[in-house]
Amino acid sequence: MNSIFSGTRLRDMIRSIRACKTAAEERGVVRKECADIRASINENDPHDRHRNLAKLMFIHMLGYPTHFGQMECLKLIASPGFPEKRIGYLGLMLLLDERQEVLMLVTNSLKQDLNHTNQYVVGLALCALGNICSAEMARDLAPEVERLIQFRDPNIRKKAALCSTRIVRKVPDLAENFINAASSLLKEKHHGVLITGVQLCYELCTINDEALEYFRKKCTEGLIKTLRDITNSAYQPEYDVAGITDPFLHIRLLKLLRVLGHGDADASDLMTDILAQVATKTESNKNAGNAVLYECVETIMAIEDTSSLRVLAINILGRFLSNRDNNIRYVALNMLMKAIAFDDQAVQRHRVTILECVKDPDASIRKRALELVSLLVNENNVKQLTKELIDYLEISDEDFKEDLSAKICSIVEKFSPEKIWYIDQMLKVLSEAGKFVKDDVWHALIVVISNASELHGYTVRALYKAVLTYSEQETLVRVAIWCIGEYGDLLVNNVGMLGIEDPITVTESDAVDVVEDAITRHNSDMTTKAMALVALLKLSSRFPSISERIKDIIVKQKGSLLLEMQQRAIEFNSIVDRHKNIRPSLVERMPVLDEATFNVRRAGSLPASVSTMAKPSVSIPNGVAAAPLVDLLDLGSDDIMAAPSSSGADFLQDLLGVDLGSSSAQSGATPGPKAGADLLMDILSIGTPSPAQNNTSSVDLLSTPGINKNPSNALDTLSSPALPHIATTASAGGMFDLLDGLTPSPSKEATNGPAYPPIVAYESSTLKIEFTFSKSSGNPQETNVQATFINLSPNTFTDFIFQAAVPKVISVFFFSPLLSSYQNFFNIVFRSFNLQFLQLHLDPASSNTLPASGNITQNLRVTNSQHGKKSLVMRMRIGYKVNGKDVLEEGQINNFPRGL
Amino acid sequence: MGIRFILMVNKQGQTRLAQYYEWLTLEERRALEGEIVRKCLARNDQQIRFELMFEFLCSYAGVLAGWLALNEQCSFVEHRNYKIVYRRYASLFFMVGVDDDENELAILEFIHLLVETMDKHFGNVCELDIMFHLEKAHFMLEEMVMNGCIVETSKANILSPIQLMDKAH
Repeated sequence: MNSIFSGTRLRDMIRSIRACKTAAEERGVVRKECADIRASINENDPHDRHRNLAKLMFIHMLGYPTHFGQMECLKLIASPGFPEKRIGYLGLMLLLDERQEVLMLVTNSLKQDLNHTNQYVVGLALCALGNICSAEMARDLAPEVERLIQFRDPNIRKKAALCSTRIVRKVPDLAENFINAASSLLKEKHHGVLITGVQLCYELCTINDEALEYFRKKCTEGLIKTLRDITNSAYQPEYDVAGITDPFLHIRLLKLLRVLGHGDADASDLMTDILAQVATKTESNKNAGNAVLYECVETIMAIEDTSSLRVLAINILGRFLSNRDNNIRYVALNMLMKAIAFDDQAVQRHRVTILECVKDPDASIRKRALELVSLLVNENNVKQLTKELIDYLEISDEDFKEDLSAKICSIVEKFSPEKIWYIDQMLKVLSEAGKFVKDDVWHALIVVISNASELHGYTVRALYKAVLTYSEQETLVRVAIWCIGEYGDLLVNNVGMLGIEDPITVTESDAVDVVEDAITRHNSDMTTKAMALVALLKLSSRFPSISERIKDIIVKQKGSLLLEMQQRAIEFNSIVDRHKNIRPSLVERMPVLDEATFNVRRAGSLPASVSTMAKPSVSIPNGVAAAPLVDLLDLGSDDIMAAPSSSGADFLQDLLGVDLGSSSAQSGATPGPKAGADLLMDILSIGTPSPAQNNTSSVDLLSTPGINKNPSNALDTLSSPALPHIATTASAGGMFDLLDGLTPSPSKEATNGPAYPPIVAYESSTLKIEFTFSKSSGNPQETNVQATFINLSPNTFTDFIFQAAVPKVISVFFFSPLLSSYQNFFNIVFRSFNLQFLQLHLDPASSNTLPASGNITQNLRVTNSQHGKKSLVMRMRIGYKVNGKDVLEEGQINNFPRGL
Repeated sequence: MGIRFILMVNKQGQTRLAQYYEWLTLEERRALEGEIVRKCLARNDQQIRFELMFEFLCSYAGVLAGWLALNEQCSFVEHRNYKIVYRRYASLFFMVGVDDDENELAILEFIHLLVETMDKHFGNVCELDIMFHLEKAHFMLEEMVMNGCIVETSKANILSPIQLMDKAH
């Protein structure tokens, strides 16, 4: 009867599982067995439990769920016989964990078994408790375990000691109760008890400072004596490993001594002799001996300064490093990393050997050695080490190139003595391992290139040469096409030749070949293709003679399967075709990218990577705390980046619409129906976190003139190096720094007779704003507005700032590799650049304090390029302080007289 | 805590014994075992290729053999936040995952002690012994390691409770 329900024997089950040819077959067998076990559990026959659990353990080991057997474990544990208990506890340890509710049920059984008369049962309970106990169980059962540490049988004592290590780790408050018991274990002779006692002490020392003090005072000498006894003991066959008595105990003792000696000169002093003895006397031709030596070296390096011992330790490591056994070399490299901290010179002496290890066929050794080398680099040896590493990069395994190139890049960035060297090394790395280089690395390279204006020509030529040879290295190609796009003219005309360069002749069509190659290659990814497309657009303006050919290439991309490419191709084509007049300014060279901004962004997005440039070229002006600056920059880039990418298509539509003179789409120019207006609001709202600082900047960026004057447009201003200036100059006068004489001075205003009636632009309970208008002579598009702010409240307004914005209708893209981490290439290569049909210029206000019932005036100048077609509209925001409290008012002005 | 898990895996990469001293879900275990086994076995494959090449060389240049040292791959692999110390005995791999600050050489010695202990009990232990006496292998391990720490290093002490039980049966 039984045999029918309990199915196969354990042995048979294992056989049938082994016989399975496929994973599916195995799953089938296991499913059937599990069903049998469940059925048998329901039968509730105590004789089958043992076998069921054994099967379950096997099934669990294979990685199948076995939760249904958990209750069986508990039943077995509760049964009286030792064999049942034993398998029950084993099942408990394997199938259950401390997080499961079921475990609570076992606490009582454990308590009973800890008090059992049979010491083997007690041993089982201790073992289980030591492996899986939870914090609650630890609290409940700690008194039992504490008592068992003094049990007569050493086998119980040692298990109780290890059980205690788990208890004190789970509940550190209980540590004090175990200090005395632990120190008594250190006097034992039985190796098992001794090794577990030492581990308990180690645990106590790491979690409780009092315990550490106690053991340091009372036990250091005893431990040293124990270690000496073991080191000098006669041959003990039971514990001997290759001539060393119990290396495990040696190692545990050394570990404990390390904790005791660390930070305490007296204790360190006491152990000097024995450490010297272990370091000199231990046999080093077998693994066991080396394990002890290794531990000893680690202890010597951790305890307080005993320089003679450290020399000894470094010598041992040197010997390890030249050992033929790879295991020994591995631990030597591991240890040398720690040794660098206190004796850089000694480690530097082994530099050549360590460099050899970087080239080892063994991946583990290589990895360790590479870590070590990156710690060894300093200003003096960086050139030599980098050369060695780059040389090796050429011949290393493919799978190692990623790690190696990442390390080289971080070394080069950190220690590069000059820009040309940095660029050279990075080009080499990209040429050899461009496939493996992370995005932020080549982004950083572009930033550096952009900042090294005297090297533009050199770099673009070097890149051109490199890309001809290594065209399969994706990131190299990207950097090259970016540079060709930006500096294509320097490439062709050999501008800025350095003495070290060989002159090369590159025709315009050669340069375009490279870009075309990148855009047409089937395995180029989206980013590369997109960058190539932008480069082509730029080249179409740089190389007018072959712009037809470039146009053809762009047109071909209209058929691209990538939607983004398709769209851009169409847009770019129309720029090339129909907007010749604005194209040169549109595709002007990028303004120098701000290294400091980039580094801040990079550090923010990649906290783990080593991203410090040697010296940021732009220093942050004083008076600006670092944190708000970061905020500003983040706002400045991320928010704005998000806007154009979501509505990019509209923008270009706008561009086309305006240029074709059709105003149907936006007739009436109702404010804010377009994404553009939202964007404007975004810009304005940037000021919110700290109005006092940002107000001026928002005003500035809105008043920046320039349909095609200057790329320092609104958005660019925000993340350009000028920003710190804006942030510091809270007064309105600061804007002149930015405008740099781009605009006519306010005195030029000609006040003609008021042909337009004045309006009340805004009125609230506290503030009234009146506008009076006058036309500039000779330019009907320009209107001078005098704003008068009248304080209607009895309080004085201080820090008064008026901001105004006009919606723009057309937007044009401005090209820039804003090195953001966005995947969308659009964000990588573009910055939005808004050309306003309305332009606004604000003169400084007459005062920034508005007394009660007083007034101040401010002049604005609005240029409406669609004069006669669309009427003016304006949004404004007024910020001021009343009794030290910030007040913000916003409004929209729609009631401008017609014809302005 | 020292030892985080102990695995025994055969040449085909099938787990034959797994003991964890920290909690991982079943899925995590499967994934971890898969990754580790792949990593270690791949290293070993390289090793075997190298050995074959070496033997081939030696057969032609016998004198050189004594001079040329066989440069064995090291027994440590870093994986996630573990260090895996592994060693191959015949068809079985013993893999021990440890913390970063553990003495790797000592763990290697521990693996050897484990194998010796099993040898002493089973008499030249093999994969099948462990499969068919899984619980016994676990009992042995229990006597040697508790909560990731070494309990006992004497083979006689480890085996005495187990032999006692065998007699009782």
